Amino acid sequence: MKTLLSASLAGALFGAGLVISELSNPVKVLAFLDVTGEWDPSLLVLMGTAVLVTAIGYRLVTRRAQPLFEPRFYLPDATALTPQLILGAALFGIGWGIAGYCPGPAMTGLVFAVAEPWWFVGAMLIGFGWHRSVSSR
Amino acid sequence: MTESFTPLTSAIGGGLIGLAATILLATMGRVAGISGIVKNAVFERNMDNRWRWAFIAGMLGGAAIIFWITGAAFEPRTDFPLGWTLVAGVLVGFGTSLGSGCTSGHGVCGAARTSRRSITATIIFIGTAMIVYFILRHALGVVL
Repeated sequence: MKTLLSASLAGALFGAGLVISELSNPVKVLAFLDVTGEWDPSLLVLMGTAVLVTAIGYRLVTRRAQPLFEPRFYLPDATALTPQLILGAALFGIGWGIAGYCPGPAMTGLVFAVAEPWWFVGAMLIGFGWHRSVSSR
Repeated sequence: MTESFTPLTSAIGGGLIGLAATILLATMGRVAGISGIVKNAVFERNMDNRWRWAFIAGMLGGAAIIFWITGAAFEPRTDFPLGWTLVAGVLVGFGTSLGSGCTSGHGVCGAARTSRRSITATIIFIGTAMIVYFILRHALGVVL
């Protein structure tokens, strides 16, 4: 129960942050990507602040031997720059540049009572499943 | 530069996201990577996904509350072509799965840990997105 409450609290703050900063607004995201046009640098402030707060928070948290409700930290330990990482990031960037949605903001769009985010999330799940099926062979 | 620059709300939003990521690591020992959380929650039957669904439910709840309090902080887009929406969705899903992360997992959590993989991925996806924006809207003149 404590674990589910803390996970949902983290989720709630995350979702609130996405809407307050308007990362949930694809029009705003596309304005950030339009570097040669009417560039809106807001997302740079958002990412900079998020990285800074996370870096401080992570540093404090990892001083402890383990998290509160789990036996260990599940931090990725891979360091190699693989072709999968590079190609995956590029494909993701293409999709992001087309529609202005990355996964978190698309998920929050599900509560805005419009159809578009539902189509996007449905397609994204197909993309997840497609990669999962080709990589598990 | 545009007049729609919103440094204050962007910084507040960024602070909340950083706080959320910190809480998730402090309690569950997990990285707040949304693509991984959603993908595993939906597709992996052999994992204990309850915390992932709790996180997703919280995320939608937090978004709905802020959207409601602010009287719809922005008007949701409704006129984007469906075909492009679907193509973009599949690319984002496949790409984040292949590349093990998205804006949150690589761009925020990984970058905060100064992970070489995450910083590389972040530069690539932001750069690619900017190039694709330019090609589609400025060079080819398609998509609104």
